[in-house]
Amino acid sequence: MDGRRLDELRPLKLEVGILDKADGSAYIEHGKNKILAAVYGPREAHPKHIALADRAVVRCRYHMAPFSTDERKSPAPSRRELELSKVIRESLEPAVMSEYFPRATIDLFIEVLQADAGTRCAGITAASLALADAGIPMRELVAACAAGKIDGKVVLDLSDIEDKQGDADLPVAYMPKSNVIGLLQMDGSLTEDEFKQALDLATDACRRIYDMQREALRQKYHVARDETETEVAEVHA
Amino acid sequence: MFLLEFDCEFELERLTIHAENKQLVGPGELLAEGPYFAGENTYREGTKVFSARVGLAEVIGNKLVVVPIKGAYIPRLDDIVLGRVTDIGMSGWQVDIGAPYPAMLPASETPLQHGRDSVRRDLGHIYGVGDLMIAQVIAFDRTRDPLLTTRGRGLGKVTSGHVARIAPAKIPRIIGKKGSMITMLKKETGTDIIPGQNGVILVTGRNPDNESAAAEAIYMIEREAHTTGLTDRVKAMIVERMKGKVVG
Amino acid sequence: MSATHQLSPVAKLEQKAVHDLIVKGKRLDERGPLDYRSITIMMGTVEKANGSAYVYLGKTKVLAGVKIQTGTPFEDTPNEGILTVNAEFVPMASPTFEAGPPDEDSIELARVVDRGIRESKAIDLKKLCVQPGKKVFVVFVDLYILDHDGNLIDAAGMAALGALISAKMREFDVKDGEVTYKDKTMPLPILDYPVPITSVKIDGSIVLDPCLEEEQVTSCRLTVTTGKDDRICAMQKGGLGVFTPDEIKKIVSTAISKSRDLRQRVLSKVN
Repeated sequence: MDGRRLDELRPLKLEVGILDKADGSAYIEHGKNKILAAVYGPREAHPKHIALADRAVVRCRYHMAPFSTDERKSPAPSRRELELSKVIRESLEPAVMSEYFPRATIDLFIEVLQADAGTRCAGITAASLALADAGIPMRELVAACAAGKIDGKVVLDLSDIEDKQGDADLPVAYMPKSNVIGLLQMDGSLTEDEFKQALDLATDACRRIYDMQREALRQKYHVARDETETEVAEVHA
Repeated sequence: MFLLEFDCEFELERLTIHAENKQLVGPGELLAEGPYFAGENTYREGTKVFSARVGLAEVIGNKLVVVPIKGAYIPRLDDIVLGRVTDIGMSGWQVDIGAPYPAMLPASETPLQHGRDSVRRDLGHIYGVGDLMIAQVIAFDRTRDPLLTTRGRGLGKVTSGHVARIAPAKIPRIIGKKGSMITMLKKETGTDIIPGQNGVILVTGRNPDNESAAAEAIYMIEREAHTTGLTDRVKAMIVERMKGKVVG
Repeated sequence: MSATHQLSPVAKLEQKAVHDLIVKGKRLDERGPLDYRSITIMMGTVEKANGSAYVYLGKTKVLAGVKIQTGTPFEDTPNEGILTVNAEFVPMASPTFEAGPPDEDSIELARVVDRGIRESKAIDLKKLCVQPGKKVFVVFVDLYILDHDGNLIDAAGMAALGALISAKMREFDVKDGEVTYKDKTMPLPILDYPVPITSVKIDGSIVLDPCLEEEQVTSCRLTVTTGKDDRICAMQKGGLGVFTPDEIKKIVSTAISKSRDLRQRVLSKVN
């Protein structure tokens, strides 16, 4: 609708480490979405009884600011926010090596400052970076993007207007290195073939977003390399 | 030659280290392929070794490690730490050492001069809530919180000085290769500097000016830890700052 | 805040028993990987509700009740009735269920069943408008989980469907914005019959309709809800494990064909 190609992402901007007090943080602008992710952890488990003996408890709170949507949203957590907190946690926790920190917690906060469809995906993309920024050991980064259907065509990354008029919405969180999916939801109407098309569109987009995530980390932690060490070491047995 | 056994066969051309030394890597980035040891902050999957954190890759012989840029303080045995008392219990004190786990200093691990009555005595007279101490980690594992001792040279309550807090990952930079950086700092500022592995550093000098110069140097090192020629630049900064001041 | 759940109360030895069977392609109760447990559906058990259905899926028991009342429509859909789905994980259903406000699992279940009904447009909400912008019918679907032996989503989905298609509401006339009821009853305007099919991954193998012991060793699940034309109307992945894209595509295929069978079972119970 906005002149994009069917498989084109909305403009996406990522920034790492923008908060001072949080152990890790990241900010994402995706379309008109403006979302902040922050991580505290690993830290002491409070209250003690929630702690697990062999790994850290990962806690996730997805929340939308009252001014983030067209109609003011009540600050109290809605059922949708509770469900999204759960599925977002379930998409990131597989990547976190929580067994490094038994009896501790890793707390993840996602605040949607402005919403424009695809907030859970943008939130996951930012949260991944926030976890990495906090120095929490992870198997890899998690990228997320939604595909959908509008006007009978399978397309990528619906905006809010498109989502409201669209026929299907398929948010996906994907780890490109391992080729696995940590979040997958769908609502609308898709045939089996349309679904397969949409899934492929989404995972391809996630690969592109993954590259942007790595670039964002590089930008934050750009290191001046020592001039003397430029050779790649190769070992042959 | 290698102590570990692998299920897979290695072809000659598959033994490759992909990361350059001091290369910035992130979670999931491929470091090497082959029978290399997956060192700290890396993990192995089949024949490949990946980074688990954001940091600088280092190749040490046939071991790959990632030196993290940021991260929580996880205590290790024998670490010297600076902690703050948060609670007084029946037989000891709870101490915040900035780790995800509260540390315990049992009264039995304090120097004997506190007397045989130390158990019956009011523990609050030895350390009160909010007191700072230098302690050593004597026990820590996955199943229990860290245990501290203040029996040892240089350990005990901190009553004076300036406290600087930096990211624990940057402490090695403060110390420097073979202590080169910290020796320079002490000499140029005329202070005694005790770096806790938990990122808390105690600076004691003749006067507050010396102490704050040292603290400034410490924060500068933290900010520019990844750059080269740092020792000289910090020294120059201190000299400039200390001009006209007495080096005690 | 969503937090990692506490460890499974099942001993490692018992978990291993399930694992070992699955690896051999077998299951605890001699089922095949794609077989559902025995299903019993009883409709109309709660007379005071407009509709109700009691589903036994193996030992899992879910009771769905439908109440139809009038209410004000949402601003953005002034001509449409309202559907609202709620789930109660009743404490008697499992030693792990606690009394209190809905937890994330019961909210997830309610929303997944809701999406199946809503996105398939199973209820023609436009036919439930009394006075545009002022008064519409609200269809309350309440899912009561009474006994938890695994696969609550599918049992609840079937119960909801059964309750909706067997529900009766009084025929009505609208005069001057007021509803007058006739003595006759009519069914809800139903257009589709969505059925959720849940698959789980255990040790790399995919099985359908997990019983509780299987759920406790599951790494992740994928629920696919399909309508009568083989159109997927809702999907939900849950759990801390992960699926490859190929696994997902296979699961979707299986779920679509399986849903035809289950839909038939629910429909055959209605006269």
